[in-house]
Amino acid sequence: MSGQSLFPLLEPLLPRVRKPVQYVGGEGNAVVKPWGDAAVHWCLMYPDAYEVGLPNQGVQILYEILNEQPDVLAERTYSVWPDLEALMREHRIPQFTVDGHRPVGDFDLFGVSFSTELGYTNLLSALDLAGIPLRTADRAAPGDGLTWPVVIAGGHAAFNPEPIADFVDAVVLGDGEQAVLLITDITRAWKAAGAPGGRTELLHRLARRKLVYVPEFYDVSYRPDGRIAAVTRNRDDVPERPAKHTLTDLDSWPYPKTPLVPLAETVHERLSVEIFRGCTRGCRFCQAGMITRPVRERSITTVGEMVDAGLAASGFSEVGLLSLSSADHSEIGEIAKGLADRYEGTNTALSLPSTRVDAFNVTLANEFSRNGRRSGLTFAPEGGSERLRRVINKTVSAEDLVRTVSTAYANGWRQVKLYFMCGLPTETDQDVLEIADLAREVIRAGRRASGHRDIRCTVSIGGFVPKSHTPFQWAGQASHEVTDQRLKLLRDTVRADREVGRAVGFRYHDGRPGIIEGLLARGDRRVGRVIERVWRDGGRFDGWSEYFSFARWEAACEAELTGLGVSLDWFTTRERDEREILPWDHLDAGLDRDWLWADWQDALRATELDDCRWTPCYDCGVCPTMGTENQIGPTGRTLIPVIPVGRTDASAASAEPGPAGSSPVPSDLARVSASST
Amino acid sequence: MARVRVRFAKRGRLRFLSHRDIARTFERGLRRARIPVAFSAGFSPHPRVSWVGAAPTGAASEAEYFEVALSAPMEPEQVRAELDAALPPGLDVLHCVAADSPPLPDRIDASRWRLRMPGAAIADLDVAVAELLGRESLTVERATKDGRRRVDVREAVVWAVCRAENDTCAILDVVVRHTTPAVRPDDVLTALSAVAVLSVPVPPEPTRLEQGRLREDGTLADPLVPDRDEAARLVGQLEA
Ligand code: SF4
Repeated sequence: MSGQSLFPLLEPLLPRVRKPVQYVGGEGNAVVKPWGDAAVHWCLMYPDAYEVGLPNQGVQILYEILNEQPDVLAERTYSVWPDLEALMREHRIPQFTVDGHRPVGDFDLFGVSFSTELGYTNLLSALDLAGIPLRTADRAAPGDGLTWPVVIAGGHAAFNPEPIADFVDAVVLGDGEQAVLLITDITRAWKAAGAPGGRTELLHRLARRKLVYVPEFYDVSYRPDGRIAAVTRNRDDVPERPAKHTLTDLDSWPYPKTPLVPLAETVHERLSVEIFRGCTRGCRFCQAGMITRPVRERSITTVGEMVDAGLAASGFSEVGLLSLSSADHSEIGEIAKGLADRYEGTNTALSLPSTRVDAFNVTLANEFSRNGRRSGLTFAPEGGSERLRRVINKTVSAEDLVRTVSTAYANGWRQVKLYFMCGLPTETDQDVLEIADLAREVIRAGRRASGHRDIRCTVSIGGFVPKSHTPFQWAGQASHEVTDQRLKLLRDTVRADREVGRAVGFRYHDGRPGIIEGLLARGDRRVGRVIERVWRDGGRFDGWSEYFSFARWEAACEAELTGLGVSLDWFTTRERDEREILPWDHLDAGLDRDWLWADWQDALRATELDDCRWTPCYDCGVCPTMGTENQIGPTGRTLIPVIPVGRTDASAASAEPGPAGSSPVPSDLARVSASST
Repeated sequence: MARVRVRFAKRGRLRFLSHRDIARTFERGLRRARIPVAFSAGFSPHPRVSWVGAAPTGAASEAEYFEVALSAPMEPEQVRAELDAALPPGLDVLHCVAADSPPLPDRIDASRWRLRMPGAAIADLDVAVAELLGRESLTVERATKDGRRRVDVREAVVWAVCRAENDTCAILDVVVRHTTPAVRPDDVLTALSAVAVLSVPVPPEPTRLEQGRLREDGTLADPLVPDRDEAARLVGQLEA
């Protein structure tokens, strides 16, 4: 196949669609290589709109690593909005990459990264537009060579890929950096040998080398009551339990080095630098924390170099230090101070965009806001009552939270945002109503600490969705009726409070999308038919409220699941017992199943668990299974100043000096983010 | 404080950038190129860049302008070369001059546009242009963010001529006075289709070729020439 540019066909359509700039590519640091020079062609996709997908770090990292290989070509594609999709169908233009505007169907490997399950319908749109048969069963072709690209799923949602098992050829679990290179090596050698045996042989080679999970090499059988009877491999040389990949020594993998700089507006307009991967805080609801263990820090020196090189290569004016809980980096204080010193006077803002920042102290927060605005802090206690916070293992006392927030107000922050979840296991109306008490205490304390009345606090609430590979994987999800009713109760209680009601902003979403996310997160292969039916009925962009239709999902569940003896409720609100075979039990995230179950029992007893970085290992299973260990500092180094980008003279306005706040607040309080946006 | 005036082009697929996209890309380009840009004072400092008009999304241009304030002196030619190198191909910096009074907007009151119209028949276009130019006034409606706006296209059009690029593509050259609200290439097309039977099967590709002050003969005066002349005069004084 040729890899010919489709742009001449696409260009006349672009004036007719919304935001055409998202389809033209041309980003800073994008790469377009000659098609014929490459031995292996990778197309990478983030299955959501360009504005969401472009900043995705996973795709950017793999794009750069692959393009660094002289004989590998990697390009990107994103979901096209329905306006362009209709025109593409009318004019017979297939799904294209934004780099070379090449047909996705021409590539050898098509890697799709899923951060959320709500991107599954967009996968089907892309496959269909690319001319790839939706179902893997229809992709079998006799003879040598590839007729269509091999479709490979990755990302956090791929830890339970069973609902999309009928649509993807292979799945990569865990960190992709080394995995994509090894997959490339095998593909290159196989192509050089004349691509013997076609698609199935390539998949077999990848699976045998333990690089990927190939769903079609495993058969699932069901019991009469609908539960899974067994998952068995149908080739004996593929692993019984395909395992996740774990990258160790993040300092050797400082990607992205040259971040993509979009021309169009995107959701994150900043340089993102990942300061560590993994989290052992042990929040029981958090899939990311469980599947990315253990903790692997980047050293302060590497972080400093990545920030410096990334700013020079991009021209961004904000740096976000990413991780699941950025204030937990063993040298976060030194990093914050070093970067704030280095970029003082350059109008470069620093932020800890994660809402999972522990160990808040005002010194740190002040460093982060030194070169930028001091607008808001986000604290995420997640659970409304202290009891519930013990259930989810995110222990914060109300007094500590109020004290921390007071300090923030006293130090000049204007807005505090509190983030909670609703529908957690064991939750009662009373637990949720305690959110109102907390908000009242926060406003009162803020008024006292700041000395004025115009203090605001936003309470933001999301519905809890149980995920695979967590202690809550057995839990029954709260129905959307229960969630919605509790939130209404809470809202009415806050509104009725004459003293503080008007100072509290209240944000929550309808509970129904959470039920569908729950279906897709814990579903098995039978859910694939539901996804396909929803897509055929026009379902697209399910993460966007203006496109999401609960009725369409409900109807599709009804039509596809009833005959199988299961249902939407069966997959979501039903609690599982210890012996039930879960759809993802044959996939190895390193976590010991008995440990997860014990932690689930601890949760029900509201018993907490410490962090294994600071207390002895409690045998979650990851380190021995994966041959890894926590890699943390401190290194004791500091950041040496470099000549920063675009430093202006002293007359240039820098941010207003903050009050000399240096009073450390009791740490380990709440998850906090000092955000300067 | 030194100010530099910049003329740049927006070409090829980058014609689909909106004005906001361009402004953001230039801000980043200025940082990447390490141009010493002055920032505004205040709570959230922003780079002191002032934009003059902007070709609409979808229109290419050879003549877009802005002015940037510097916090330290830098040779205009050096600004041009380094900024151009820091921008993606398709946003091309053509000229930079040290700013002199009067302000740039005072030197720009009209644009010359070229519209490539693939699939349009030259004979039909000829008739439409003659018909439009023969009118006293011709008002068209356009949907904007703030509802529907009416603009008088005939009043804004100074002159228009058309020719055939080849058998399948017609070319329209038109000079349009800057009015409020502005008359865009789209509006000219709407007007042409209103006065005659004109089939435009594919969206035309408009390019702004020039901006400047309209001379009596219908040509445009380059807005950066006075600054260049002033710079030459200063150099002459130094040499004398
Ligand atoms: S095995 Fe032990 S040290 Fe490793 S992540 Fe699990 S609890 Fe922590």
